[in-house]
Amino acid sequence: MTQRLLGPRAMQRAASIAFIVGFFLLWEAACVVFSISPFVLPRPSAVLMTLIERFPALVPHIVQTLMTTMIGFAAGVFTGIVLGALVGSSKIAYDTAYPLLVGFSSIPKVAVVPIFVLWFGSGTVPAILTSYVICIFPIVVNVATGLATTSPEQQDVLKALGASRREILFNISLPSAMPYLFAALKVAITLAFVGTVLSETVAANRGIGNVMMIATSNFDVPLVFAGLFLLAVMGVVLYGLFSLLERRVCGWASRGADTPLA
Amino acid sequence: MNTAQNTPMGRFDDAAIVLEDTAVTYGRGETATRALDTTSLVLRDGEFVALVGPSGCGKSTILKLAAGLLPASEGYVFVGGREISARAARVGIAFQNATMLPWLSVRDNIMLPLKIVSPFKAGYRSKKATEYRERADALLAQVGLDGFGDKYPWQLSGGMLQRASLCRALIHEPRVLLLDEPFGALDQFTREELWGILQDLWLDKKPTVLLVTHDLREAAYLASRVCIMSPRPGRIVEDRAVDFQRPRTVARTYDNDFIKLMQDLRALITHDGPNTVGSAAS
Repeated sequence: MTQRLLGPRAMQRAASIAFIVGFFLLWEAACVVFSISPFVLPRPSAVLMTLIERFPALVPHIVQTLMTTMIGFAAGVFTGIVLGALVGSSKIAYDTAYPLLVGFSSIPKVAVVPIFVLWFGSGTVPAILTSYVICIFPIVVNVATGLATTSPEQQDVLKALGASRREILFNISLPSAMPYLFAALKVAITLAFVGTVLSETVAANRGIGNVMMIATSNFDVPLVFAGLFLLAVMGVVLYGLFSLLERRVCGWASRGADTPLA
Repeated sequence: MNTAQNTPMGRFDDAAIVLEDTAVTYGRGETATRALDTTSLVLRDGEFVALVGPSGCGKSTILKLAAGLLPASEGYVFVGGREISARAARVGIAFQNATMLPWLSVRDNIMLPLKIVSPFKAGYRSKKATEYRERADALLAQVGLDGFGDKYPWQLSGGMLQRASLCRALIHEPRVLLLDEPFGALDQFTREELWGILQDLWLDKKPTVLLVTHDLREAAYLASRVCIMSPRPGRIVEDRAVDFQRPRTVARTYDNDFIKLMQDLRALITHDGPNTVGSAAS
């Protein structure tokens, strides 16, 4: 049996890889069999060729998009944690601020890009701001929820020992909010890319979004897909990084049925 | 010592916990619920007192008062000679749920009080590695969890978690130990085993223990005094000394005099007529 050869985890991983490879093979085959025009759907091999050929020219755009996203994300995480801590610090703050937060977060972020462009002109600033606002809300909401739902009995144990609010925050509330924070970080990093690319396609002269925009108007469809592929890779790599960090920091949350987060 | 005759504590020189005309009312106005009727209770230093009563009678309220987790609506609460107001007096506490922090190892969970309570707090960073670890491990060994310090709470069974919870309540050697149905969720055999462990721990350091339970056999086995409470709003209707020789054994709980005691206590809980309740809530 293969299972004995690889073990369940390795099997799972092999299956995932096979699935991805299979997806691209199927795509390639479909393009050939139905003779789909490369202007509609280029073959993956063509996309890959384009990517390799144009890679040196794409590097500054990759750097631009990555940098913009990371700045927006970092600022968003910082603001999100601070706001989330404020909102989650008390029941009253939570109940007061929640409706406004939900209102803000339900605004489609596409709609704010023109406003940022109006305020700051086209370029890097609106892209940073878009990725910033787009990733704040999931973090605020999750951190606030994580802090607000700390087990009262765990707090009682510390209170009975005469612990200060600060000691309770650092020993109970913050650690127990960690799984919520990491769940939010993983959502936020992918959203931050969305924000950057969104803004880049509307108003920028650099970045992957801009490259794709120009490629579209030139009917350079393989390049458009190469851009998509690059975005997917960056997103997956960063998501993976945070998953790894999550497993190190709060692996306890995904183990056993004993955790309060089950 | 006759220095403080006028203070309530003056009357009880060796008192560890004093409730003086204490009452607790939740809410206010028309929706107010009286959780605890005017109650006075004194636990002398080193005493083991069990509070028994029907559910919702306010036993846990008394425990929360002594832990400083709940302010008294009326009257006073003294723990260790000081009035409990906003801040608690570093008591040890254990609940029905073990409430271990899942992100810490069992040893780190047990060492948590040393991180909070002075004078241990000051040395936490420097002594954590050696002295405090040894202390935690020794306590773990005492409750039969030798070598489980590096495990995480989710790797332990309910009974093991409850043992660890006892360790955490005792690591800073508190003079007062508050137990809120600590064995309530355990099976009978585990529970009886833990009675023995708790009795040993108590005989070892003789802290003052307030045990809230609804198990009469547990109360009679462990306590040197059993207080029976009336239904809500609760008040103490009977205060009975339990003089059986220690250490007590589980087999002892099947002897006639033991069973007789339990029957007496049971009758007090189930047939508590209105004539024994006395003055009602004002």
